[in-house]
Amino acid sequence: MSKNTLKDKVLDLHTVCRLEDGRRQVFAGVHLVHEVTSAPAFDMLRELGLRVKYPELTYAVCDHVIPTDNSCRPFQDPQAEVLTKTLEDNVREFGINYFGPGKGQGVCHVVFSEQGLILPGMVAVCGDSHTSTYGAFGAFAFGFGTTQVSHVLATQTFAMDKELKVRRIDFNGRLEKGVVSKDTALDMIRKLGAKGGNGFAYEFGGSVVNGMEMEARMTLCNMAPEGGAKSGYINPDGETYNYLAGRRFTPSDISKAIKFWDSIGSNNDAVYDDRREIDVSNLEPMITWGTSSEQAIMVHERMPAVEDYSGKAREEVEKAYLYMGLKPGEKIYGTPVDIIFIGSCTNGRISDLRQASRILKGRKVKVRTLVVPGSESVKGEAEAEGLDKIFLEAGAEWRNPGCSMCLAMNPDKLKPGERCASTSNRNFENRQGKGGRTHLMSPYSAAAAAITGRIVDPGEYL
Amino acid sequence: MTIIIPDKEIRFVIGRGIPKPADNQNTDDILPANFMKEPSFRRMGEYVYFNERFIDGKPVMSHPFNDPRYSGGKILIAGANFATGSSREHAPQGLYRFGIRGIIAEGYADIFDGNCATIGIAAVRVSREDISLLVEQIEKDSDTNIIINLLTKSVSYQRMDTGRGIPCDIPEGTRQALINGSWDVLPILQSNEERVGEVALRLPYLRFR
Repeated sequence: MSKNTLKDKVLDLHTVCRLEDGRRQVFAGVHLVHEVTSAPAFDMLRELGLRVKYPELTYAVCDHVIPTDNSCRPFQDPQAEVLTKTLEDNVREFGINYFGPGKGQGVCHVVFSEQGLILPGMVAVCGDSHTSTYGAFGAFAFGFGTTQVSHVLATQTFAMDKELKVRRIDFNGRLEKGVVSKDTALDMIRKLGAKGGNGFAYEFGGSVVNGMEMEARMTLCNMAPEGGAKSGYINPDGETYNYLAGRRFTPSDISKAIKFWDSIGSNNDAVYDDRREIDVSNLEPMITWGTSSEQAIMVHERMPAVEDYSGKAREEVEKAYLYMGLKPGEKIYGTPVDIIFIGSCTNGRISDLRQASRILKGRKVKVRTLVVPGSESVKGEAEAEGLDKIFLEAGAEWRNPGCSMCLAMNPDKLKPGERCASTSNRNFENRQGKGGRTHLMSPYSAAAAAITGRIVDPGEYL
Repeated sequence: MTIIIPDKEIRFVIGRGIPKPADNQNTDDILPANFMKEPSFRRMGEYVYFNERFIDGKPVMSHPFNDPRYSGGKILIAGANFATGSSREHAPQGLYRFGIRGIIAEGYADIFDGNCATIGIAAVRVSREDISLLVEQIEKDSDTNIIINLLTKSVSYQRMDTGRGIPCDIPEGTRQALINGSWDVLPILQSNEERVGEVALRLPYLRFR
């Protein structure tokens, strides 16, 4: 097992004790909730007559079901209204901090990051798989289910079901123009497999990661679960501290905090369970062609032949081609798309919108394009920079913050057979709407698809 | 002091099987997101595999969760990387409410695995060959009772040729938690309140703000 890694050090710091069954009881340094997975958890508390033990350590937003075009209440979808109202009632009854509309609302992992709530050395948990995003801060962060949400609400602790191993992944080389964090994430997943990270936390490093800005790091850590790793993280450094400085919940005396933050990263003599190196030098923009995140290729590559696979894997690939309406061996480049989605907890931050705007500026979109900022703060920042005008003049829709077309839980859904160039994180069957077809890609690639109506190389438009 | 809940001790899961051995079944397959708009888990059993089980409102009778031969099955036989994707407990809750008490798969996504441990579903791992063996047996005789034995870490079925059963794996902490009933862990977490307070006091970042 790993030794002296950030994961080991942070976990040890937060361990309350070993339970008799051998599992660790772990303290949750910060707990984040959203409307979907928290509702039954608050109910469990109510049923048992319990209060929230440390309400000051739990923060809430509404993001999954909230419509991003017309947010007038009550929502048109009665279920969305009920779920939102339930969260509002719960935060009031239990005294939870709530970033409601007008108070910083947005996609949970975008909001909690930008508010300075996630600090290096924390155990950060949330009933959401993409909680791994917070690993970008040097927190040990992961998602779990609703019953564990209720345990954290009631005790601020949970039982760790198993110890994760640590795989160190070094990204080295130089990224080409138009190739960004999302592309490195998809490249990693296709190389290590969608289940390659099962049982592991991924520690990302190497010159490419060291050179990434915080938001790019968040995208990379956000995608760790798509590679099977429940958690992904990056050791904190000057970039982390600069990002945190001055944010609403960042400690005011940051120098004292930095002493601790500097001590919490993996030691030089850290022992890893596995190590990998990925050279990004010749990496092109990555596009998923299938229904698993590992079914990804570079934009100028051909889709794989069915004959390259055997047995169950072949059946899966054949099923993916059938669902996606694509032919094995053909190029992904030039594939027409029907709709573009730019947003989500993966790519809904200001730097993502800036990337999209560089390509959309002065051009017109050929297909319906949704640009959905990750939070009210991102929206405000984008509008102050005039990005909203660039999007609107290009013919795109400029929305309010929310999860939108990532997951078919609000009015933004694909219709059967519709093909979407999406900056989100999952391309499962029906993920963006029943029968919808998803191609995951970076904001640059999605913007390039918007102006051409096809999957193309964004480098040609930069 | 550990709080023992005797009726929650899970040493064996015994029941008929439901074969669904595809690899990489994801949480959106198991419980489509649309149904997560309900604020309670109460009806999740009805929604399990909904998009596969019902097409244009009509049940697909060949789906193992609709097939009358497997009706009442308690043990799901799945493939590799089972329940990959989201953290939604709606997926294991749906399976539980459908009647599933044990899962035998080649492997699991970690979050789902943890959710099973938390709600008392015995999710064990066996080899790919043994998955095929079990599926073959269930398809031949759907009345076959399958036994997951957590004490000996083995899976067997009635009239099995080999007497010793198929070896299976499960994280040791989870196994202990199921066997001694501590998987329903909230009372135990609560009983350590004092030590929890000590951890809160030693966490440097809680003093920064």
